[in-house]
Amino acid sequence: MYTNFFLDIKKFGIPVSIQEYLTFLECLQNNLSEFEIEKFYFLARATLVKHEKFFDIFDQIFSSNFNGYEKINVKAIIDKMELPNEWLEKLAEKLLTKDQMNEIKSLGSFEKLMETLKKRLEEQKGRHQGGNKWVGTAGTSPFGAYGYNPEGVRIGQQESRHKKAVKVWDKRIFKNLDENSEIGTRSMKIALKRLRMWARNGLDEEFDLDNTIASTARSGFLDIKTRPEKENAVKIIIFFDVGGSMDAYVSKIQELFSAARSAFKHIEYYYFHNCLYEGVWKNNSRRWEEQISTFDLIHKFNKDYKCIFVGDAAMSPYEIEMVGGANEHYNNESGRTWLERARSQWPNNIWINPTHEDYWQYTQSTLMLQEIFDNRMVPLTLNGLDEGMKLLN
Amino acid sequence: MQFNNTENYITTEDLEMAVNAAINLEKPLLIKGEPGTGKTELAKQVALKLGLELFEWNIKSTTKAHQGLYEYDAVSRLRDSQLGDKKVNDIKNYINKGTIWMAFSSEERAVLLIDEIDKADIEFPNDLLHELDKMKFLVYETGEIISAKKRPIIIITSNNEKELPDAFLRRCFFHYIQFPDQETLAKIINVHFPKIKNNLLQSALEIFFEIREVPGLKKKPSTSEILDWIKLLLVEDIPVSDLKKDPKDMLPILYGALLKNEQDVQLFEKLAFINRNR
Repeated sequence: MYTNFFLDIKKFGIPVSIQEYLTFLECLQNNLSEFEIEKFYFLARATLVKHEKFFDIFDQIFSSNFNGYEKINVKAIIDKMELPNEWLEKLAEKLLTKDQMNEIKSLGSFEKLMETLKKRLEEQKGRHQGGNKWVGTAGTSPFGAYGYNPEGVRIGQQESRHKKAVKVWDKRIFKNLDENSEIGTRSMKIALKRLRMWARNGLDEEFDLDNTIASTARSGFLDIKTRPEKENAVKIIIFFDVGGSMDAYVSKIQELFSAARSAFKHIEYYYFHNCLYEGVWKNNSRRWEEQISTFDLIHKFNKDYKCIFVGDAAMSPYEIEMVGGANEHYNNESGRTWLERARSQWPNNIWINPTHEDYWQYTQSTLMLQEIFDNRMVPLTLNGLDEGMKLLN
Repeated sequence: MQFNNTENYITTEDLEMAVNAAINLEKPLLIKGEPGTGKTELAKQVALKLGLELFEWNIKSTTKAHQGLYEYDAVSRLRDSQLGDKKVNDIKNYINKGTIWMAFSSEERAVLLIDEIDKADIEFPNDLLHELDKMKFLVYETGEIISAKKRPIIIITSNNEKELPDAFLRRCFFHYIQFPDQETLAKIINVHFPKIKNNLLQSALEIFFEIREVPGLKKKPSTSEILDWIKLLLVEDIPVSDLKKDPKDMLPILYGALLKNEQDVQLFEKLAFINRNR
């Protein structure tokens, strides 16, 4: 019944599975929504949407799927539906006065009854704009008895209900939550997890069962041994390209950075522009005042470090090959020299490129860097990261 | 079993729906929302309202999934074996029940609160999938299978520090506690301080929502902050006239209860300074 609604939700990118849809139907079967459209909305949201950033899209989908339902009017239903006679008679009893009933009965035709009823229903609707329950409440009305609960279809009191119900999803109160930047870091963290080397460092905090048993047996009294807890001992040094053509990838790089920060304990990061030269920096607003010599870094961080460059590799070929080719300052040694120095110091290295892999071949500098890095260049996608982590291991 | 407004906890209709759906279908309910909007309090109130026992499991960054199930105390068993204690022969004596086990073994239906699940390791929720779904688990040491006598009402809170895995989310109902609007907030305050004067409440709320509107705040004050603040105002017996002093004086009286961050206080001082010079 709600398949289209469900498919719409899926189509617009809200992660939802059949399992959740079945849960939703089960809730409806257990009559949790009590045939009220507002409760129905809350129920659908609680079962089908699992992140507040999707609430806004959900509200819109809900609105386009269900707003029509409230506009169904009595006439349309009576025209469409084959209504059982006793139902109509009961309804007529409620709506028409005794005299009117007798009058119709004297006319003796069922068509007449129908016609009068239709007219009456429409009149009623016009007069009772305030939303009185003129067909009776959910439990007692003939509608309800027939299994066609007016609470669900909202026959007759659409006006007032309509106003109230629409408030909730058409208000779109969750609009701001839509632009959450955390999207995707989880999958990145999972990819970075491949790069784990467990080692025991630091304080003896973990109980070492095997060792305790062994030494207890040896010494004849209880001799408890502890050992340091395992931790990820991978050491990473990352160089980020900033500014210029990299601006387009800022949000993607931020995700990578925050994922990397939480995945690795020992992580060093520095910034450069376009290509690696004699100086890098840690603070972008003071990049000229607080430059750190690349040479010092090469001496400071030993071969254990795994080295990652992140950049779009798009620059003029001179910036790589020529002395004095850098576009912001005069460099005494070419970019290639510096890159090769870094690569020989940290043999485990990769270049992560946020541009799409298909475009690499059109940029000469990208091809040159690929050659310098022995093809250890990967795109900034989950597959690329996976591959990169394998190269680093 | 139906959950709705309690004496000291104001709910919204969508929250009630989510809680009742979770109770009815016996699935966990995941609660998110700004800090201080009453996520943890919800579980306590559900337990109170329905008259059920509450089991709390507070998650830390070092918490492991199995700690909620049980822990095998090998050290004391070793020690007892040294002393020749008879207890040693039965491994059951050294298995300490965790919170989940206790909730499962409760004769009556219970409420199980797993607080701040996002604090733990990224794989933590995945390790609990089966336990929360089937509500049973195996005690490896004794080969015993523990299953819930009555499926507890499980309420899980998260502060959004980490994304939760999809497989985990699929098994939960989800609710995001919106920051209450002025009307609901007034109701909430009235529940906590029934004797508060209406004009004090109104002007306090006005100031409070103004502060929340200030762009660039590190930590927006939320429900628990305004409750603290109003408590202070009442204890110090501050008259309403003092609240509405000079509009140019940006920092509200007793602001310490509302602004928890020195950068935020500085921001306000700066704004006050700019306003004064106008």
